[in-house]
Amino acid sequence: MDSLSPPEPPRSEQDVVLGPPPPVRRIVIDRDPTVVAPPAANGNAPQARAGALGLASSLRRPEPSPGPKVERMRTESVSIAYGEKPAVSGVTLPVRQGEVLALIGPSGCGKTTLLRSLNRLVEITPTATRSGRITLDGEDIDRMEVTALRRRVSMVFQQPNPFPTMSIYDNVAAAARFNGVVRGRSQTDDLVESCLTRAALWSEVKDTLGKSGASLSGGQQQRLCIARALAVNPEVILMDEPCSALDPLATLQIEQLARELTEQYSIVIVTHNMQQAARVSDETIFMSVDEERAGYVVETGSTAEIFTNPKNTITEDYITGRFG
Amino acid sequence: MTPPPTGISDGWPLRDRVGYCAAWGAGLTLIGVAAAIVIYMAYRGTQYFDLGLLLESPNATLNQAQSGGFRDPIVGTAILLVLSTLIAAPLGVTIAVWLTEYGRPRWLARTVESAVEVVAGTPSIVLAMFGLVFFQQQWLGFLTFDAEGGAVLGRSFIAAAAMMSLIALPLVVGATREALNAIPGHVREASYALGKTKAATIRRVLLPAARPGIGTGTALGMGRVAGDTAIVVVLLGATLQILNGGGGSVFGLFRGTGSTLTSYVYYNSPAGEGLAPEKAYFAAFVLLVVVILLNFVVTRIAHGKDPGWTR
Repeated sequence: MDSLSPPEPPRSEQDVVLGPPPPVRRIVIDRDPTVVAPPAANGNAPQARAGALGLASSLRRPEPSPGPKVERMRTESVSIAYGEKPAVSGVTLPVRQGEVLALIGPSGCGKTTLLRSLNRLVEITPTATRSGRITLDGEDIDRMEVTALRRRVSMVFQQPNPFPTMSIYDNVAAAARFNGVVRGRSQTDDLVESCLTRAALWSEVKDTLGKSGASLSGGQQQRLCIARALAVNPEVILMDEPCSALDPLATLQIEQLARELTEQYSIVIVTHNMQQAARVSDETIFMSVDEERAGYVVETGSTAEIFTNPKNTITEDYITGRFG
Repeated sequence: MTPPPTGISDGWPLRDRVGYCAAWGAGLTLIGVAAAIVIYMAYRGTQYFDLGLLLESPNATLNQAQSGGFRDPIVGTAILLVLSTLIAAPLGVTIAVWLTEYGRPRWLARTVESAVEVVAGTPSIVLAMFGLVFFQQQWLGFLTFDAEGGAVLGRSFIAAAAMMSLIALPLVVGATREALNAIPGHVREASYALGKTKAATIRRVLLPAARPGIGTGTALGMGRVAGDTAIVVVLLGATLQILNGGGGSVFGLFRGTGSTLTSYVYYNSPAGEGLAPEKAYFAAFVLLVVVILLNFVVTRIAHGKDPGWTR
């Protein structure tokens, strides 16, 4: 797949207006982007989220939606391969404003790869190739400047990974400062406080902002990483098994946080934990892998539906723990 | 849980007992040798201990009352350390960053690696001879001391420091690469995921995290530079006193020739011309202290801070 052709020259007037085609890369753009009007005022009106996310009642009751949700990101027939080995084949999925989308499925089904393609982080693997189209507010992400895309589509990783040489303060401030989100000390102070507050960490660290980020506990570090991801003012937040390195209490905090953040952001979360998907997400995509196909979507639907009334037997087997 | 065995036990086969004793013996012998060097040099050095020697310029005479001290060699050592570190550290860090973070095309990266190994393996006298041939070229005359009539001798602090930096370079490259490789991939990804460019990631995240490694490599390199003699004898002229190469300016000083503690020891000890053996012992002791101090700095840097990676 190394010989993939460069992006095709612009065909519609729209592209001509958008300027010259991006530099040659190995990712194929199949079609021109379909432009959809971006949502007004960052999506839906905030909804009050009751904190009823206890471990006991795994499945949240879906809240009444005020109408169709705005689609922020979309993948269309996305296939990804590492060298000759396919990892994801032909995945089409929507990411909607104000929702948590969970990607579940057995190990090796390409959930993480798919997630990493949403902010083009998959490209840093030298052998990775991708086809299909991914859009953010209708704009093809392959035509966006990659650093700009990653600021709009931020990410939280499996391992808490605060920058080790930076203080708690600098961990949050560094990205924003570098990206020009804030200028000057007082603006930065405000941003750090607001991000740490939204990440439910402020009260625990407000007196020790100068300490190293690595000095915090695992759960705190992960919340620091979430605060850092918020500091670049993203629109979509990707979470790659954010709780797999954490204890149950820290997991609960992160899950609650994810719920609260849906008021402002779209969240895509990869998880191995069925209960977590049931607790946190509004929509669930179940992916699987078999001998014939790598990383394909078995079933998509609202979380309530997938967990109570799966249409596909593979989904049912997986959710009830019979495989995977 | 049973504690690990601490001493030789009856059940051990002979081979293990011999190995055990050999390991202890080798360790103790090394300690003995190191202690002998330090104690003997300290004994001989302090016998002729005279702080005034540190401030006096040396003179080439057998009359010990007039042979002076070794201020110039100390200053020379310092100049050489600073100049060669200024060349080796940035160059070494750049090479290490390129090798670990870019390293494409592969063949070029492998060639660079081999080149670093070749430089590391070249004896310093060979580097010195090469440096002499190189800096004797007429067009490089402005960097070195020129004799009356304009003959380019190819000798100066600049020439010596340039070749000395090659001794330090592989150590800087090695330690920096090791430090960069020790940074888990997810730290880089965290930076990219925030919209940082690769250059910004290297500058703001990776290099600060690799600082202890860079410091260790640089200090080790400085230790080697302070201790090398061949390059000083060949490329610095080993004139006891510092001779300014032009007009008394700083650049003139760097163009000039001089000596270091190593060349001073060599010429004044019975091994060389034996001009002032007692002073040579004191100078050798001072040199030993300098190198031990540099090693101490290395240990402090290396163990100073645990980066606390989560893996």
